[in-house]
Amino acid sequence: MDAVRYLIRHDTRYRYDQPVGESRQIVRLTPRALPRQRCLSHALEIRPQPRRSENFIDGFGNHACSLHFEHEHDELFVRAESLIELSPPPPRELAASPAWEEASEQLAYRAGRTFDSELLEACGFLFESRHVRVKREFADYAYADFLPGAPLLLGAERLMRRIHDEFTYDTTATDISTPVTEVFDKRRGVCQDFAHLMLSCLRSLGLAARYVSGYILTHPPQGKTRLIGADATHAWISVFCPGMGWVDFDPTNAQIPSLEHVTLGWGRDFSDVSPLRGVILGGGGHEPEIAVTMVPEAERAVLYPAEA
Amino acid sequence: MPTGILHDYRPHSGRYDEMFVRRGEARPHWRLFAERLGGFPSEELVQRAEFVRGAIEADGVSYNVYADPQGMRRPWELDMLPLIISADEWQTLSAAIAQRARLLNAMLADLYGPQALLAEGLLPPALVFGQHAFRWPARGIQPLGGVWLFSYACDIARAPDGRWWAIADRCQGPSGAGYALQNRIIVSRAFPVAFRDMHIHPLASYFRAMQESLARLAASANESPLTVLLTPGPYNETYFEHAFLARYLGFPLVEGQDLTVRDHTVFLKTLRGLRRVHAILRRLDDDFCDPLELRADSALGIPGMLGALRAGRVVLANAIGSGVLESGALFGFLPAICERLLGEKLAMPSVASWWCGEPPALKYVLGHLDELVIKPAFPSMHMDAVFGHQLKGEERRRMIERILAQPHAYVAQEWVRLAQAPVWRHQRLLPRSVGIRVFSCAAADGGYIVMPGALGRVAANAGMEVISMQRGGLSKDTWIQAQAPVTRATLLKRRLGVDDLARNGVDIPSRVGENLFWLGRYADRVEHGARLLRAALSRVASSDADGPNLAGLLEAARRLGFLTDDDKESDKDSEPAATGADNTLEHDLITALADPGRAGSVAANLRALAFSAGQVRERLSLDNWHALNSLGQLLDTPIGSTDQALFAIDRVMQACISMAGFAHDDMTRDEGWRFLILGRRIERLEGLAGLILTPVEAAPDTREQMLEWLLEATNSIVTYRARYRRAPELLPALHLIVFDRSNPHAVSFQVDILREYLALTARELGHPYPSLMIDPLARRLEDFDLTRFEAEDESLELALGTLRTLLREAIDCAQNLSDEVHRRYFTHTSRPMLLRRVA
Repeated sequence: MDAVRYLIRHDTRYRYDQPVGESRQIVRLTPRALPRQRCLSHALEIRPQPRRSENFIDGFGNHACSLHFEHEHDELFVRAESLIELSPPPPRELAASPAWEEASEQLAYRAGRTFDSELLEACGFLFESRHVRVKREFADYAYADFLPGAPLLLGAERLMRRIHDEFTYDTTATDISTPVTEVFDKRRGVCQDFAHLMLSCLRSLGLAARYVSGYILTHPPQGKTRLIGADATHAWISVFCPGMGWVDFDPTNAQIPSLEHVTLGWGRDFSDVSPLRGVILGGGGHEPEIAVTMVPEAERAVLYPAEA
Repeated sequence: MPTGILHDYRPHSGRYDEMFVRRGEARPHWRLFAERLGGFPSEELVQRAEFVRGAIEADGVSYNVYADPQGMRRPWELDMLPLIISADEWQTLSAAIAQRARLLNAMLADLYGPQALLAEGLLPPALVFGQHAFRWPARGIQPLGGVWLFSYACDIARAPDGRWWAIADRCQGPSGAGYALQNRIIVSRAFPVAFRDMHIHPLASYFRAMQESLARLAASANESPLTVLLTPGPYNETYFEHAFLARYLGFPLVEGQDLTVRDHTVFLKTLRGLRRVHAILRRLDDDFCDPLELRADSALGIPGMLGALRAGRVVLANAIGSGVLESGALFGFLPAICERLLGEKLAMPSVASWWCGEPPALKYVLGHLDELVIKPAFPSMHMDAVFGHQLKGEERRRMIERILAQPHAYVAQEWVRLAQAPVWRHQRLLPRSVGIRVFSCAAADGGYIVMPGALGRVAANAGMEVISMQRGGLSKDTWIQAQAPVTRATLLKRRLGVDDLARNGVDIPSRVGENLFWLGRYADRVEHGARLLRAALSRVASSDADGPNLAGLLEAARRLGFLTDDDKESDKDSEPAATGADNTLEHDLITALADPGRAGSVAANLRALAFSAGQVRERLSLDNWHALNSLGQLLDTPIGSTDQALFAIDRVMQACISMAGFAHDDMTRDEGWRFLILGRRIERLEGLAGLILTPVEAAPDTREQMLEWLLEATNSIVTYRARYRRAPELLPALHLIVFDRSNPHAVSFQVDILREYLALTARELGHPYPSLMIDPLARRLEDFDLTRFEAEDESLELALGTLRTLLREAIDCAQNLSDEVHRRYFTHTSRPMLLRRVA
């Protein structure tokens, strides 16, 4: 397999009912540089012009940009455009991964045990966080796929498939405040819910797993042309496997991400990496309109018809 | 027998007693105090206890208890007997506390930086990453001066062998130092001679060192640093202390909304405009500090604060994320960490503890449950300590199950039989478990200064093991003996000095000014409404209800918003039936008085008044506050009749008058106070002008009949009668309530005072005086030719027409001034024209 390139356009538009006098936003729309992900170009377009903007690296190593607006405005528009190159992942034998209990044991603290930097980083993703719970019921659910001695990555793949099979994708069943326990009971949700659920299962087994925010390539139905803005941001998870590093799993699509998932960043859960988060003075009634388009570079004309 | 109370005290065997070696024999460093105490006749002890209780009440020392059915504020509980610690013992103790503070600061530097402690296995990752209090957004932020932990408090207690143990670390924003100071002020006055003779360390030097050290950390090249104390507000449990400390330290007491961040710099919105803030002493939990990067639902924080910290533009004491060290599960790891980070042996042991996340520790805990106390490893779990020996049967089984399910979430500590000390209860000495909270703050040289004193904490009941102020615990002043006689420091005196008052005035937050302004407006509106309704109700009661007299009065009440349109309609419908009208009218008037749900009612204005007052409570004297408190409750009892209503109005009026008295005679006349007066006068100007308009606009034949109630409602009837001794006539009445500059209820009087205070405020706060608004009105009032009212018929109507225009101008003027005051002093919108250059 060869490397592939994608153009991604991510538009966010807030239309406020009343003028906003002051606004501060933090955007996380710049893809991280990774061993198999190169960011060839990236640009942020912001309207109105912020009085001040500043790039910084957050506590998880993600690119973040803080914006401060001081002039009255009734609309905020942010466009992020990126050209990304993905290389194929190395072949990975899931069954050859260590037993999950072994991984869990390696991550646990024992008197006098030291942690190398990779293990230590993983330890940050072992515990509960705002949207991820560590509970007996999640461990019980996961045990069916994590039989004693089962290879970790094989267990993760099975768990991913089972969540995909047993849960219904339903955009109306949940919202961002729905607790993961309720998602578990209802067996319904969206990508974010499934990611939080899978994280809850893995962390309840004592494994390190993180939330990944990014984009996924969608395929228009046979014979139809690609629509601009029809895509969406996506979320999946990554689990830490000692000796093999972090391996991604997408429970929404029952896929191991390879050449169609572009990573923006990661955190313990959604709240650490929401693409846009802010505080405004004034305003009201401000659900954003979001439009994402991800196309292979060859289809550049979809986004730039004028150039064609 | 004078030494009776000492002999009657029975120290608990098997526990360390702070005061006595054995029954009747005081420890050496207590002897002097014991002799004095034993020498007092019992009546005198009762008196001194009464003095302490009274002082607490008089100073308004309180502690807010959440969900307390008795009402939110509870008086602080202070035992009159101090706890005394010898000079030698203190030396060891304070060195140990200072070392622990250095250690914890070094740990924070590591945990939010390289995390070597975790990599080297000296600290379990679960106790860091597993805690809600670990703030990821704070990773990599380097605080000014390398100080993460500026103020630190340690709860310590003594084991039966007499050794002190650390039992809890307070790293977030430790409370109690202010209460300790307050305790000292009171108890040292209860035993002034003993206090002097025993050479007790004063506390003031500690607070001065704290001021200096913060100023040094926040040092700025071209301005003297401004430090503020950030509080969550009046609903916080220790708000009293925030207000007290702020006043004592000379720091403005601010809430999140008082601060704003511009260009990574924190500013205080003051009455004089934006003032740069260099250091923030934080009593707000870190999670609430910045809704942009921390808890998004926090309404108490300052958006952009983390950006300012990242840019190194402000000192935050303590740093974001310092609460991560408050877990008792860390205790077992501290000795090795101390060796690693400081290269020293940990001086004071922590209470023996076993973190269940380690299998050998877990095994030990399950095997020795009866000797242990189980606590959460993560303070955010809000679980109470459980004494193993009290767990039986099913309860015990469930606890073990919980521990096994999540061992890393629990820590077990040795059940320490706390030391005891005598407290004064029921006119004798009784033993109670005690511990102390010791305070320290970072010094400019990288070390820590320890307060030579402590907050003594006493369990509420005999045999109680848990000491908590939330659960009715008692406090003690803690006396540290000095090696040599001490000189009294003077910070307290400075607090009361003229210079300080003047200086503090500079940084009055705009929010305080705004609340005082509205306090003034509502206070006058309540008074005005009550007086008007009294005039109406007394006429209804005396069946003087018909005629233009009452109709005009009701019209005025409507115009001023005390009666609403709903009332008007019901009034109209029932107009033909005389008696029915009375009943409906009576009901409407009572509603306008007492229904807080009715917009514009006196009761609704009272609520608004109480709210504004609550926001500036720390600026009101206790008596003033009591008057306000009682005002809030005056209309709480249901009112069923006109008589009851009139009675209630009398009480409201009395309270209003005492409040007005406080405003003039009780409050410091700083810039904040001036806004209170501005509020009162603007309100009265608008209300008076609106009231007088009714008769002025009325038909000529009904006009004179309205003058009686007009004089009554403007509180000028007595003056009128004294001056003229006859029924009200138009000219003298209008003169008295419009033009007479000596009548505090006249329009001209309000205008004079407003001009005076607006000029003063404008001068002091550096804004232009709004002369275009108020001066023309003053001129026209002065120039008005009163002889025009001597005329009759058309000429008189013309004169009244001019007056009518003038009164309308007065109303406009009041409203515009109110907006102007708001815009100038209370809101701080940026001025883009100044910041942007046009290309």
